[in-house]
Amino acid sequence: MFLTITATGSADRPATDLGFLLHKHPDNAQQFSTAYGVAHVVYPEADTGRCTAALLLEVDPIALVRRAKGKGRGGAPDSALGQYVNDRPYAASSLLAVALSSVFGSAMKGQCKARPELPERAMPLRIEVPVLPARGGAELVRTLFQPLGWTVLAEPLPLDETFPEWGDSRYVRLVLEGECRLAEALRHLYVLLPVLDDAKHYWIAPDEVDKLLRAGEGWLEDHPQQRVIVGRYLARRSALTRRAMERLELERLAESDDAAAEDLDNAVDEEVDTEQKPVPLAVQRREAILAELRAAGAARVLDLGCGQGQLVGALLKERQFTEIVGVDVSMRALHEARRRLRLDRMSERQSDRVRLVQGSLAYTDSRLNGYDAVVLSEVVEHVDPARLPALEYAVFGAARPRSVVVTTPNVEYNVRWESLPAGHVRHADHRFEWTREEFRQWAEKVGARHGYAVAFGPVGPEDPEVGPPTQLAHFRLSGDDSSGSGAGSGSSDGSSGSMKGKEAAA
Amino acid sequence: MTDADRTEYEHEDEKQRPHEGPQGSGREREGDPRPQPRPQRSPRTLAVPDLSLVVLIGATGSGKSTFAARHFRPTEVLSSDFCRGLVSDDENDQSASGDAFEVLHFIAGKRLAAGRLTVVDATNVQPEARAQLVRLAREHDVLPVAIVLDVPEHVCAARNAARADRAGLPRRVIQRHQRELRRSLRHLEREGFRKVHILRGQEEVEAAEIVTERRFNDLRHLSGPFDIIGDIHGCRSELESLLGRLGYALERDALGRPVDAAHPEGRTAVFVGDLVDRGPDSPGVLRLVMGMVGAGHALCVPGNHENKLGRYLKGRKVQHTHGLAETVEQLEKEGDSFRAEVAEFIQGLVSHYVLDGGGLVVCHAGLPEKYHGRTSGRVRSFALYGDTTGETDEFGLPVRYPWAEDYRGRAAVVYGHTPTPRATWLNNTICLDTGCVFGGTMTALRWPERELVDVPAERVWYEPAKPLATEAPGGADGRPLDLNDVAGRRIVETRHMGRLAVKEENAAAALEVMSRFAIDPRLLPYLPPTMAPCATSKEEVRGGAADEGFLEHPAEAFAAYRADGVREVVCEEKHMGSRAVVLVCRDEAAARERFGVPEGISGALYTRTGRPFFDSPEPAERILQRVRECAERAGLWAELETDWLLLDAELMPWSLKATGLLRKQYAAVGAASAGVFPGALGALEAAAARGVDVSALLGRQRDRASDAAAFTEAYRRYCWRVGAERPAGAGTGELRSEEAGTAEPRTDELAGIRLAPFQILAVQGRSLAGLPHTEQLAMIDRLVEAEAEAETGADAEAAAGAQGPAGGGRTALLAPTRRLVVDTTDEASVAAGIAWWLDLTADGGEGMVVKPLEALVRGADGRLVQPGIKCRGREYLRIIYGPEYTRPENLRRLRVRHLGHKRSLALREYALGLEALDRMADGEPLWRVHEAVFAVLALESEPVDPRL
Repeated sequence: MFLTITATGSADRPATDLGFLLHKHPDNAQQFSTAYGVAHVVYPEADTGRCTAALLLEVDPIALVRRAKGKGRGGAPDSALGQYVNDRPYAASSLLAVALSSVFGSAMKGQCKARPELPERAMPLRIEVPVLPARGGAELVRTLFQPLGWTVLAEPLPLDETFPEWGDSRYVRLVLEGECRLAEALRHLYVLLPVLDDAKHYWIAPDEVDKLLRAGEGWLEDHPQQRVIVGRYLARRSALTRRAMERLELERLAESDDAAAEDLDNAVDEEVDTEQKPVPLAVQRREAILAELRAAGAARVLDLGCGQGQLVGALLKERQFTEIVGVDVSMRALHEARRRLRLDRMSERQSDRVRLVQGSLAYTDSRLNGYDAVVLSEVVEHVDPARLPALEYAVFGAARPRSVVVTTPNVEYNVRWESLPAGHVRHADHRFEWTREEFRQWAEKVGARHGYAVAFGPVGPEDPEVGPPTQLAHFRLSGDDSSGSGAGSGSSDGSSGSMKGKEAAA
Repeated sequence: MTDADRTEYEHEDEKQRPHEGPQGSGREREGDPRPQPRPQRSPRTLAVPDLSLVVLIGATGSGKSTFAARHFRPTEVLSSDFCRGLVSDDENDQSASGDAFEVLHFIAGKRLAAGRLTVVDATNVQPEARAQLVRLAREHDVLPVAIVLDVPEHVCAARNAARADRAGLPRRVIQRHQRELRRSLRHLEREGFRKVHILRGQEEVEAAEIVTERRFNDLRHLSGPFDIIGDIHGCRSELESLLGRLGYALERDALGRPVDAAHPEGRTAVFVGDLVDRGPDSPGVLRLVMGMVGAGHALCVPGNHENKLGRYLKGRKVQHTHGLAETVEQLEKEGDSFRAEVAEFIQGLVSHYVLDGGGLVVCHAGLPEKYHGRTSGRVRSFALYGDTTGETDEFGLPVRYPWAEDYRGRAAVVYGHTPTPRATWLNNTICLDTGCVFGGTMTALRWPERELVDVPAERVWYEPAKPLATEAPGGADGRPLDLNDVAGRRIVETRHMGRLAVKEENAAAALEVMSRFAIDPRLLPYLPPTMAPCATSKEEVRGGAADEGFLEHPAEAFAAYRADGVREVVCEEKHMGSRAVVLVCRDEAAARERFGVPEGISGALYTRTGRPFFDSPEPAERILQRVRECAERAGLWAELETDWLLLDAELMPWSLKATGLLRKQYAAVGAASAGVFPGALGALEAAAARGVDVSALLGRQRDRASDAAAFTEAYRRYCWRVGAERPAGAGTGELRSEEAGTAEPRTDELAGIRLAPFQILAVQGRSLAGLPHTEQLAMIDRLVEAEAEAETGADAEAAAGAQGPAGGGRTALLAPTRRLVVDTTDEASVAAGIAWWLDLTADGGEGMVVKPLEALVRGADGRLVQPGIKCRGREYLRIIYGPEYTRPENLRRLRVRHLGHKRSLALREYALGLEALDRMADGEPLWRVHEAVFAVLALESEPVDPRL
């Protein structure tokens, strides 16, 4: 991994001042041992007009892996370091940021004993990072560096020129040009290299916030992308420690199948933070479901495919629901749900009402028998069509609750999503999305086969042409009179609008 | 079949041995509860069924513990004193009795549930105490047996006085016990004890002997072979035809009526009941079956219709519904003596039989595992009527709970009772009632062959109340799997490696992958095991492999097999693609028949974690179609007597499936290295030109640059475009057709895809995992050649027709596997093997797998030998251990690798894979096959160095 810093100068302000600022003499090759390898500083050119310092970090990939041994598979907090086939020796990753701070520590602080006036002086600089991992692409690189006064050149590198169809890699060649104090320039790199690095931080220190505040002094406060920078710089900490603990089994399965871990371990969507900014549609969906459950007079409710527990949390807030069981096949989702619901800190009276268990709708499960209502919210579309019959049997044939509430996207509405390219599904893991008619046919067939009457209703604003964004079906076990109200009547008080769905006699 | 007439049904326990005649009431009253004038002199023999709850009854000091110790094993005896000690540290602490009995009942319950004879050593002189035990016995469907030790008070007192801890026991306690005992004696039978043995006086207690007797339903010692015959309902003519088809010779009486049938090979017929009612000749059927049973040519369990007929013949009032009227009318024409014989026959029928070492249970209406071999009213009721819910359906017929769906037992349960269109195995159970009397068929099951034999009804003899149900248990859809089949920590029993444990966290991960990503489990009968690499080349060997910079070298693999006593091994070229399992059925009908999948599916192509290879079904279907054609042409269907093949294979190119990984990791590393070195080297060269001493650093960087380039070359070798592949970015579409070179207008969708099968794992009814690899590969070669032949044929046709674009012929899909047989004990042969490997890997080949020629091999210690050892090529390993792994300082560190866990994992997964294949071959239910397959997936998530 490698970068160069070039200063240009003139007779009165020679470029070789760079050597003083960096505390490294241009005529010597110098090396420094850092935590992840040996850092070298050499000057390919050094004269009055131009002076270039090159920082080269020799990373030992085998040491990276071996160092991590003993703490589970890989063991490193960042699983990327657990690989021998690793971009760390080549790419300007967060490891390089560590090297920067340890090799150019004084320069970063703006200290220069020999020439105390120098650090205060902005100078014409050109910084080149030939291989910069850039999560977010060249565009983000520009939006991060441009506000700092840099002229930015960010060119994506092709993944492999023999296979152009593979497209660009996640690396860009970055050239920054501008007048800047060197200390500030180094601190820009120190913060923004890890922010852009796909592999995120790998060092986890409690004083990370302090470090960020120090390094960001004078430029981060007013940066338009401040939220992104701070969020990315710090947010990974908890996520990474959790990852180190949890995803190992799935990761091994992915590995044995030549698949990227993310292909299998994708039950928890990390990009969309539903905790902080709930999607309006998700709120409407929960409201609609709650309305159906209230109307059905359900007290004991199963949320099958509970994900991160948003609906479970909503159910807990209503006293009507005396027993709430969240079931998901993903241990990671359950873990996340437990954390979000703060189950550990809940009062016993509260926590007695709720349980989170791993289960799978591909199998029948006697633990699911005997509940008043089952919710399948945004679940069926995550099941391969070929395996839907197993889910149908597990829920409608085996568990047989009095009520089943199903929600699923209405694919017709997709044309109204501006951000969704034509023909795309709303989530990468959606195995299909149904039109209203397809959903109706499926639901009526299932209802008829298992003895449930079905009523349909919209969730979210109903478009006259393409219908609502989400569709809902409420199945009621035929011959069950325990809830007085007719199917769908309960939803009129919810935000989902009134149910004018038709009933399918079973 | 259905008999809603439950109201008149009375609970009857198993009562007597079959055909002992009606004289026995079944209740063996060997001890008359009334006081007798004089004790018996001869030694008493006390019969105790081998599975029962034996309740000893006697005052303190009456010698119960001594008696129990003399006649039963120590673990069979549960003493209240001992339990008191367990909970209170004092065997005589009466205040602990409540807790002590709770413990005693708990343990007794566990033992009875496990089918173990249990003896309760407590005074049991109070009715309440005994009532609890009788209830416990009934809960577990075993017979409660009472053995009373009625010894004089002075004997008890003397015995207590001799014990230090009981010396202070007041005399009145014994007296009270004695009073309670005497009051109890006459009521023991009424309390529910099925055998009551009363031993009077010290002498009789001393002389008594216990004889355990087999339960009537326990015929485990009979192993057949059997022909189990479904419901008959008076269809005598069809029965005669069926027996004929099964190979029985009928014997007829003077009037030409069949009275016996015997099989020349000594097979035994087993009737599942419902011989009578509805049909044209119930007496004729009875005469034949009774004759066969009497002659020892057949066994018979009662159906609900026999039960009702029996009550009618005993003179009870029963409704003449559900076809009884016809039988009564037919029996009118028979003599009284025949009716008496029938009554006696029915009286003697035992509700179910456990046969063939416990592997087979035959009864009329099915039986859950916990009732197998048990004896109680409800067991009999279940066996006769099934699991009725008490409700009736719209046809007025009883609603039955589909017990077979929950069945997970080891024994196959063969039954009848519910007419189904077709006899189908469901969870190791099969219903043989195919509705002959309603115009269906009469079906028999050959055991242990598990073959079905049937004859059609000659006509509709009786109109069914409702159409033959299509959704009966065992219908074509089968039953989805249950979470209990796979979840949590579990032990899987395997034929080849005993009990293998799956840890909970591994099962949890497998559950997610199996549920979210895998294909339909019915099409997933196998997952391939991981494979261990050869031992690491040792550094110390001067001039050896290690000196040349090899981490893996075939010399180690040959040595390992030599050490295991395996002489002949086959080296198979290792194709660098993605492991693929191919299940190809001859047609959709075969897929439906054998795997129960819906229409439109004729096989599956899946990865080593059970995922489909392609997002859409079409490419896989094209591959399956090609394999199917080749199997047809090669004559494999006929030769292997199968309509499906399960193949282990490698699908190439690697880039087909591993694109994600390539982009994220391999190509990314290549791109990063390609981007960084020009600048870095340029900077160092410029510095050197300025006179800065960077020579060492520059040298190292140049080496690293060339290692990185070698790495990029290494992964590129396993990547190429295929016909079906679309360019990744929408905008790069034009690049592909340029690159593809062959500018034919219609690209063969399979172009570029290669499938290299290397083993036929299984075919219908057989696992081929034990077939020697040379035979395996010979069949594979024929498959591959069949494609080439088809190709030549197609070319000829195309030439003749002079149509289609040039080069329009299909590209070959199937790739052969090069191989070399090596004798591990012959130096020259080993050297040839090594040379072959060097040659294979010199130009970047992945390497080879060394396998014992005989495939499934055990070592001298009886343990499984590794089914294969991989030796990966030097260049290939760059994509495992990184671009720079060949540098001496890196190799030195990498040689420290631990193969133990990997080897163990490889063997365990292998054994589980074999188990899945064996279970499928044996026709075991889906959940049994899936259990083993799931365990392979779970083990695959164990922590093992992923680079091995």
